Amino acid sequence: MKFNRRTFIGSAVAASTLSAPMVQAAGHGKPRVVVVGGGAGGATAARYIAKDSEGAIDVTLIEPTRTYYTCFFSNLYIGGFKTIDDIGHSYGTLASEYGINVVHDWAIGVDRDAKTVSLAGGATVPYDKLILSPGIDFVEGAVTGWDLSAQNAMPHAYKAGSQSELLKAQLMAMPEGGTYAMVAPPNPYRCPPGPYERVSMVAHYLKQNNPTAKIIVADPKPKFSKMSLFQEGWNNHYAGMIDWIGEEFGGGNVEVDPSAMTVSIDGDVTNVDVCNVIPAMKAGRIAELAGVTDGNWAPVNAADMSTKADPDVYVLGDASQQGDMPKSGFSANSQAKVCANAVRGALTGSRVFPAKFSSTCWSLIETNDGVKVGATYEATDEKIAKVDGFISATGETAEMRKATYEESEGWYAGITADMFG
Amino acid sequence: MMGRAGLFGLAAVCVALWGAAAIAAESGDIDVGEKIFKKNCKSCHQVGANAKNRVGPQLNGLFGRQAGSVEGFRYSKSLIRAGVNGLEWHADSLSAYIEDPRVFASGTRMSFRGLKDAGERQDVLAYLRTFSDDPSNIPEADPTAEGTDHAVDPEILALEGDPEYGEYLSSECTTCHQTSGSNDGIPSITLWPEDAFVTAMHAYKDKKREHPVMQMIAGRLNNEEIAALAAYFKNLEE
Ligand SMILES: Cc1cc2nc3c(=O)[nH]c(=O)nc-3n(C[C@H](O)[C@H](O)[C@H](O)COP(=O)(O)OP(=O)(O)OC[C@H]3O[C@@H](n4cnc5c(N)ncnc54)[C@H](O)[C@@H]3O)c2cc1C
Repeated sequence: MKFNRRTFIGSAVAASTLSAPMVQAAGHGKPRVVVVGGGAGGATAARYIAKDSEGAIDVTLIEPTRTYYTCFFSNLYIGGFKTIDDIGHSYGTLASEYGINVVHDWAIGVDRDAKTVSLAGGATVPYDKLILSPGIDFVEGAVTGWDLSAQNAMPHAYKAGSQSELLKAQLMAMPEGGTYAMVAPPNPYRCPPGPYERVSMVAHYLKQNNPTAKIIVADPKPKFSKMSLFQEGWNNHYAGMIDWIGEEFGGGNVEVDPSAMTVSIDGDVTNVDVCNVIPAMKAGRIAELAGVTDGNWAPVNAADMSTKADPDVYVLGDASQQGDMPKSGFSANSQAKVCANAVRGALTGSRVFPAKFSSTCWSLIETNDGVKVGATYEATDEKIAKVDGFISATGETAEMRKATYEESEGWYAGITADMFG
Repeated sequence: MMGRAGLFGLAAVCVALWGAAAIAAESGDIDVGEKIFKKNCKSCHQVGANAKNRVGPQLNGLFGRQAGSVEGFRYSKSLIRAGVNGLEWHADSLSAYIEDPRVFASGTRMSFRGLKDAGERQDVLAYLRTFSDDPSNIPEADPTAEGTDHAVDPEILALEGDPEYGEYLSSECTTCHQTSGSNDGIPSITLWPEDAFVTAMHAYKDKKREHPVMQMIAGRLNNEEIAALAAYFKNLEE
């Protein structure tokens, strides 16, 4: 039972909320929060609002999948450090222990005047406050020759689950000495070190199972997150296996042909055995349908994650355009807690505390060779602004790297418990 | 907390169990063990005269004691269960425990990576053994220093934290540190005495303790916020 200490405090909170003005819920019973997307941002927000309001707020979580596969650690699955089940989580506890109304359906529209969300199954769900955390979708036409219909031939594996399994199966089926190509995305995209951790994990797998295979990375960027750490690691562990082609050498001038399984980089056509295309990204489509995006992302106010377009609609995580935070699970989780505190305060008059944000991203380069980068952030009038940060150093001891990896395991257990209870 | 009279009782049990336990522990080097203890254990555990429960339980009379049984200390459920199921601390069980606490007792709150070197384990157990076999071994010197590595202004230590604010702030901690108190790659921070919590956080804030994430997180918490977190976590039990 998760509430034992709170049930005690709860009576005091409940008493104060009774006298608080329920401006937002005028005309009906309890105030209603609808959360769209049960990932790092949405699951956390739903859980915190339900947990801390102790029944004073009706929370509905709309999420089409019954099992959420975390993108975080999905690269470790590809490297063989995790099973697919290790990274799958169900919504059972959110429903049973926190009383969240979990609806497995797609949100397909938002009527901001009527304050309702429509679902693919036909239902219409009313809200007082709407929180969107739909993650990312891909920008159409971002990689010449690739569209979503090609995602089986050339998987992105940038939404975890069946795509991760497919990519892993293709990796395992590579012929001896074959070629794995990755088309890396332009900024901004989800998980800045993610493509490079993936390259490391693919190399780890190949080194053991197919040591003459090669990895080519076509990258539209001149540099990337934790670049010196990854390059050091690649030289130490996978010398000669990885060919990173940055912007300077035409890494952004890419075309793919999914039926011929070829990749053209700056005019040079290569036959490849696996092609992992990670296209440019934008906010999950429902944010656009709700009319809260400007360009590819949804601009938000840093203090509470409400959108610039509508004070009753909040956007969390990857879909938001908030300022300096990376698009990470850690960030989405951190933003969700600030948002939950603000939404609860607005609906029940509970105390609202100042926003504080943080994010740390761990990456695994090779067995027990973990690195991390992190920062703290605060809300300013314009954006979420970076306060302070750090990054692992090159040349760290093996002991330190191992401790960093172990820490990432602890973080994974912590954040998934924080999301799903 | 546990006076000398109490220790006599335990000592009697210890004498009865002296046999095998003593053999393994005796072969260690007590002086080296003391150094190892200071380096690895003392920030959480007190031993000797006036030893009190801190982040971890006091360790007087450890040998022969039932696991999870020191009065007034809030153990993890898994250690209490192990004790009820018959686990007693002897050289062999202690050695296995401190080699890798999490492997030995998966739900333990003991945030310690473990002593991998068998010789070091023997030494530190030999040192701890001296506080178990006979109370007369307990030095009457100064009370064991506070289990902390950093001096904090008493005014800061005296601040009363607002647990409700602490609860909000804690959400930043719980992305990594689990509210269940489980210690899995990331230390447990629940049920700490407030002063130990405050001292540790200020040690990070002042960069006296190494850990970039914690230095960063603590660095932007003010004194009231640290007190608020300490007030919240000291009672957090799932
Ligand atoms: C390979 C890889 C590795 C990564 N590693 C890390 C890491 O180590 N650390 C880290 O912090 N982050 C990591 N990330 C980033 C992290 O996964 C994302 O930043 C995080 O998941 C964002 O959270 P979110 O809530 O915005 O979106 P998501 O977690 O993607 O959740 C979105 C949810 O919304 C649902 N949804 C979408 N549209 C609708 C709709 N219309 N109706 C209903 N539901 C909808 C989706 O089904 C999904 O479950 C990694 C990402 C990748 C791809």
